[in-house]
Amino acid sequence: MKKWITILLLLLIPLQVQAAIETYQFEQAEHEQLYKQMIEELRCLVCQNQNLSASNAGLAKDLRQQTYEMVTEGQSQEQIVDYMTQRYGDFVLYRPPVKSSTALLWFGPFILLIVGILVLIKTLRARKELADESLSDEQHDHIKHLLDDGEK
Amino acid sequence: MKNSLPLILFGLLVVLLGVGLTLDPREVPSPYIGKAAPSFNLPKLYASTDSISLEDMKGKVWLLNVWASWCGACRSEHQVINRFVKNNQIDVIGLNYKDNADEAMQWLDNLGNPYISVAVDSDGRTGIDWGVYGVPETFVIDKKGIIRYKNIGPVTQKSIDDTIMPLIIELEQEAS
Amino acid sequence: MIAEIGHVALIIAFVLAVIQALVPLAGAQLGKTRWINLATPVARGQLLFVGLAYVCLTYSFLVNDFSVRYVASTSNTALPLIYKISGVWGAHEGSLLLWALLLSSWTVVVSIFSTGIPKIMLARVISVMGMVSVGFISFMLFTSNPFVRLFPAPVDGRSLNPLLQDPGLAIHPPMLYMGYVGFSVAFAFSIAAMIDGKLDAAWARWVRPWTNIAWVFMTLGIALGSWWAYYELGWGGWWFWDPVENASLMPWLVGTALIHSLAVTEKRAAFKSWTVLLAIFTFSLVLLGTFLVRSGVLTSVHAFATDPARGVFILVFLIIVIGGSLLLYAWRAPSLRSVGQFSIVSRETGLLLNNVILATMAGTVLLGTLYPLVLDALGVGKISVGPPYFNQVMVWLAVPLYLLMGLGFFVRWKKDSLSRLSRKAIIPLAVSLVIAILLPLLFAPEQHWLTFIGLISASWVALTALLWLLNSNTSPFKLPLSTWGAVIAHLGMAVTVTGITLTSMYSHEKDVRLAPGEFYEIGDYQFKLIGVKEVRRDNYIAYQGVVEASEAGKHLVLLHPEKRTYSQSSMPMTEAAIDAGLFRDLFVALGEPLGSGSWSLRIYHKPFVRWIWMGSLIMAFGGLLAAMDKRYRRRGKTKNEAVSS
Repeated sequence: MKKWITILLLLLIPLQVQAAIETYQFEQAEHEQLYKQMIEELRCLVCQNQNLSASNAGLAKDLRQQTYEMVTEGQSQEQIVDYMTQRYGDFVLYRPPVKSSTALLWFGPFILLIVGILVLIKTLRARKELADESLSDEQHDHIKHLLDDGEK
Repeated sequence: MKNSLPLILFGLLVVLLGVGLTLDPREVPSPYIGKAAPSFNLPKLYASTDSISLEDMKGKVWLLNVWASWCGACRSEHQVINRFVKNNQIDVIGLNYKDNADEAMQWLDNLGNPYISVAVDSDGRTGIDWGVYGVPETFVIDKKGIIRYKNIGPVTQKSIDDTIMPLIIELEQEAS
Repeated sequence: MIAEIGHVALIIAFVLAVIQALVPLAGAQLGKTRWINLATPVARGQLLFVGLAYVCLTYSFLVNDFSVRYVASTSNTALPLIYKISGVWGAHEGSLLLWALLLSSWTVVVSIFSTGIPKIMLARVISVMGMVSVGFISFMLFTSNPFVRLFPAPVDGRSLNPLLQDPGLAIHPPMLYMGYVGFSVAFAFSIAAMIDGKLDAAWARWVRPWTNIAWVFMTLGIALGSWWAYYELGWGGWWFWDPVENASLMPWLVGTALIHSLAVTEKRAAFKSWTVLLAIFTFSLVLLGTFLVRSGVLTSVHAFATDPARGVFILVFLIIVIGGSLLLYAWRAPSLRSVGQFSIVSRETGLLLNNVILATMAGTVLLGTLYPLVLDALGVGKISVGPPYFNQVMVWLAVPLYLLMGLGFFVRWKKDSLSRLSRKAIIPLAVSLVIAILLPLLFAPEQHWLTFIGLISASWVALTALLWLLNSNTSPFKLPLSTWGAVIAHLGMAVTVTGITLTSMYSHEKDVRLAPGEFYEIGDYQFKLIGVKEVRRDNYIAYQGVVEASEAGKHLVLLHPEKRTYSQSSMPMTEAAIDAGLFRDLFVALGEPLGSGSWSLRIYHKPFVRWIWMGSLIMAFGGLLAAMDKRYRRRGKTKNEAVSS
């Protein structure tokens, strides 16, 4: 079954991966802005990982048309996203929604960083603080000079 | 032991990747399973002044088969559907997706027409409404108009025997 | 005949690789000198036969031997010579052969430039690299043989994807593979050190140049891929966070952490277990990338192969290599304990923090790339994770990284004080602030806080790097190459982030419909469509547009965007016309004929986009300088090394 799907979908994909140029006109600049943003954040479902903006597939063209119509009707980003996810699920969004299943995704990096810093602090605490006197700038440069010479 | 942590994490990764090898990253499951089918009102292929709508099918268990004459995989699937309709009293509506009417009719003439009706979706809007992203796709809808199953790709005899037929039998038992 | 010779050569290479992987390693454990001494000659033998196999495959391409299935599916008689040569690595099987060739070449080179490395350690290193060779060669022999015949042989081959008939793309895989393979050297040295049970500054001095060179190649490989995508794919983008792109970025990030960690291990004999772990992680990410690209587990425009059966083989390989090395680490890490001490405010801490951030970035990329798979495997649903996620999250991680990059040059080893650091930082920080606020106010059409963040990070890093050159009592020209390398590499980072910031914030793109004679304006630039004509070449027919670009009324350049239809493919391809400039790119792509002579065109103005790749070149140059530092080129053993071997 899966092999069929792969073959089938492969037959449907155009072999090029190049931009699709649509000459839509917009009355308002915000509409154009929203349209451009949407076609970059919506996924082309029949392509191998491309957004609607970059794909020449038939379905991508249709969805761009759909997006254009919704934008010029004055619909908001949320409404457009809802429209798409209602029909295709979250898969169609390149910006994953923030929900309980994606909490780990969105907060993960922050958690990773905190964990990394905590491990760092633990490692540092495990070493004793140095009780040396600190050297003056001059003494420091002198020593450095000696070391650099020694390395030549 | 903290030195074993990388190894343990790697182990989890391997399990994930192993499972991943059995999955298909391209398959998009339908968000409509268990939800009301999107309504439509489309002209018929053979009687373009007539139309067929979702409401016409209320109270019945039926299939929506999305197909097109330009679709290669639809050919092999068609024989399976022909056989299926011949052996069972199940209504199948064909959704002719982004096709040319003459070519569609020619195709059905050549390969047989199992559909009780063929709805013409010339611009693909209805397809989008149903979350169609490839051809062929087939939906199973129950008496209340709820989509209960989506078959992505061609319907095979195996999928009919294993999944679709048992589901239909179950759905027939339900009240309208 | 030739293909069969190639196949046999590969089998012999496999046998030699197995010997290379097992015998010297056993010899090192058991103290058998003869076995230890086998390492170098067997490695050379393996190179000979892998090389022979590679030559045979190339020959098959050059003589259009379409009875070889790989040649038939990737080549064509009409293919220009240079693309027949590069076509050898253009698809799955051949690219593996290139991998194997580069790996055995690096092994031999390491064996040559190994004066001063104790024979036992060298034997272990060569054995570990031999294990990796065994993996790749057996992968080919058992699942992906480039020499499989095709009966009946087609008269002509299916041509190479026209997208791949491009110099930039031709050189991108070899560069990347040189980087991947290079990191296997640090990996092999780490395994050797763990088996040995000790690791010292001398070890770090042996490993550093190889790792720096690997890093240089990876930087170039990634930059080439990005540059190619920009000019070839026609949508003005240069990075898409595609799984395959991420597969190369992750080892680069961890590899960057590795080269910094190595610096500390060499200078301060500290961070030993961290360095070893980073070396394992870097190479593991390289192998993971190989898995992701060839197993079909993730969707990518880039995927070389989508065969779960091959995926199983690579997964087993991963388990053996990575699992084995992490197991060894779990067991041996305690013996690698470092004794160096340092206080909380010190360069050591700064570098550790730097590595934490780099590792977090790599972890984030991995998280985003694999997350859809996680949810799917758990049955929770299917999602996509794309540029909106990565761009947002990575910016937050990059900012503290850049902050540290600047501080890194001033903070002292072992112990420093915050007050001293603040004194040193005040001037560059103030100047950076001025630059970041003033420049956009003067030159940019609109202000945005992201522009401010990008520019202040870039100026901060650039200024601190330059100040380091001028600040010490020695003349800059007496400073060692490794210092120059670091300064230049950091300058490169500043240039790249400037390019990324300015092009992301101030690019202008428009799809327009123009009839001959009509024009479109972006700022001071005007784009006028003169006309579109048909041109014919050897293997394609094209519509060629002629667009005149002018600046402030004065003629600038004639651009010729094309829409090509190659003879082997029915799909048209857009070949964009780019007027490249130091401070901006003008970019025009031809769309569709819209009737009555009008055409749709995509027009871009992309400021500072070249800085992204220029910065990478600068970075790579810095890495090269660092690898060439005198202390790595000392011939013969010094007193210290004679004692430790």
